[in-house]
Amino acid sequence: MSESGVVSAAVLDVRGVVKTYRGATTPANDSIDLEVNAGEVFGLLGPNGAGKSTLVRQLAGLTRPDRGSITLFGRDIGGDAGAAASYVAYLAQDEPALDELPVGLAVETTARLRGLARAQARTATTQLLDELDLGAVASRPLRKLSGGQRRLACVAAALAADRPMLLLDEPTTGLDPVARRSVWAAIDRRRAERGTTVVLVTHNVIEAETVLDRVAILDRGRVIACDTPGRLKARVSDDVRLDLVWRRTPPTRDPTVDALRPRADVDGLRWSIRLDAAAAREALGRLMTGSTLEALDDFTLATATLEDVYLALGGRDDDLERE
Amino acid sequence: MTETATAPPRAVTPDVMRPGGLAAFTAVYAGQLARARFARGPLLFVASLQSLGILLLLRGVVHHDPARTTSAIVAGSTVLVVAFVALNLLAQRFGALKASRALDYYGALPVGAGPVVLGTAASYATFTIPGALLTCIVGVAMYGLSFSQVWIVVPVVVVAGIAMSGLGAAIGLLAPRAELATVAGQLAMTAVLFLGVIPPSHLPVVARTVREIVPSMPAVDVLADALRGSLSWWAVGWRLAVTLAWGLVGLAIAARAFRRACAR
Repeated sequence: MSESGVVSAAVLDVRGVVKTYRGATTPANDSIDLEVNAGEVFGLLGPNGAGKSTLVRQLAGLTRPDRGSITLFGRDIGGDAGAAASYVAYLAQDEPALDELPVGLAVETTARLRGLARAQARTATTQLLDELDLGAVASRPLRKLSGGQRRLACVAAALAADRPMLLLDEPTTGLDPVARRSVWAAIDRRRAERGTTVVLVTHNVIEAETVLDRVAILDRGRVIACDTPGRLKARVSDDVRLDLVWRRTPPTRDPTVDALRPRADVDGLRWSIRLDAAAAREALGRLMTGSTLEALDDFTLATATLEDVYLALGGRDDDLERE
Repeated sequence: MTETATAPPRAVTPDVMRPGGLAAFTAVYAGQLARARFARGPLLFVASLQSLGILLLLRGVVHHDPARTTSAIVAGSTVLVVAFVALNLLAQRFGALKASRALDYYGALPVGAGPVVLGTAASYATFTIPGALLTCIVGVAMYGLSFSQVWIVVPVVVVAGIAMSGLGAAIGLLAPRAELATVAGQLAMTAVLFLGVIPPSHLPVVARTVREIVPSMPAVDVLADALRGSLSWWAVGWRLAVTLAWGLVGLAIAARAFRRACAR
């Protein structure tokens, strides 16, 4: 079956979406506004509990918003849970429904349930398994695979039968660098060849900076910023992060250490301090020449990341990943 | 000076593919059948072994009883295999799927609740066939019953499979917690065991009344009659129709519960 129509270039339009779970005192999503354009790789970045997965579940039609509208390819899916399923492929954080299926059959079944005929689904499955280097485990049930391979198999199921929009909830969690690269290559290929739009959830800032065209930063259910990673970082471009690792308890009565102490985010003997670049250079210079040097085990000076943007904009949790 | 308004860029809504109801049913059925083959082999063996054990146990107790009793034992044990898998295991499966949010997988696909529930139920029902046939044939031989109408076991198992899987799916999807689905599934299977294996004439009045409303019992009675060589075609049609109707009601309730569980 197919349907055709005409819509604006923004393929996803989210307006004023509010969602509060039963029994919760605060909303999981609070007045979310977003627009995602065709062919874009759009990210939702934020710490655990920021409301990213809730938003994606609503985009996939699995949860209804309490208020607001979600328009996907010109169709209101907020009031029509089944409509989203025609356009999106959704990858949840975990797929227990596929656990006991062999990898090849999990991908093939998903492709068939997205409308491919059996023969087409088989061909598509073979190609996908080759693309993600899963051929060797095609006949093994997902639950018998390592965490990374299992995740990769779930990604393969999500990519089956080429949907115009991919909704991926932390697609690369648990993947080794090689598998991670093959996932991004597969997504890029679909974008280049078919104009696939991608909305993905991540709390990995490095990933967000390298693969996303635009990113919305969420904190406690609200979008606190939305732009390209470059423009967001430019907002705090004067700031750098000075990370210090001490050999032992940092010295007291040292004016530089005392000045840094109240501004430091302390994790044991690790200090992380956000400063403007000139102040950071000056502080590091004094630390390197003074008597504190022997107490210092290591240091790094880094330019702003999206995590710094998140914190500078008032983000209150600090569990974003940097790997 | 004239000003030309620029229309916003427009793009064509992509074509979408959705499977038809039959294609979705077939895909779910094939997937679940393969899953059961990989993951449920030992349990299917246990299901058959349990019924064969009951046959053997009761052989020492009732072998001098008339055919009415022995045919009821064989028929009840045969349908018990169906209840173990299609009712008990399916209730557990749907209870676990619901509890682990695994229904989201189907909720995010362009398929209706009906094909998913039917496909899953049909796969469980299919898996009961070898064990049920084996139990029936061993029972007939062990108790010296008639093989002449034993073929009726095929439609009986199919129809009982539909009834039991409908009930199992409904229990699994309606139970608020996975543990309750397991308990309810096992209790229902126990009811099928006692009310099916013990001939109605040996049951107390209350149990006989309850037996009347257990969906699989008309199918048990059809098979018991056949094993005694006293089939009445009218009774076969009527009883299997009642069992089938129970199954369809169960499946309809399960499909509704599935839709509700997906649309949280």
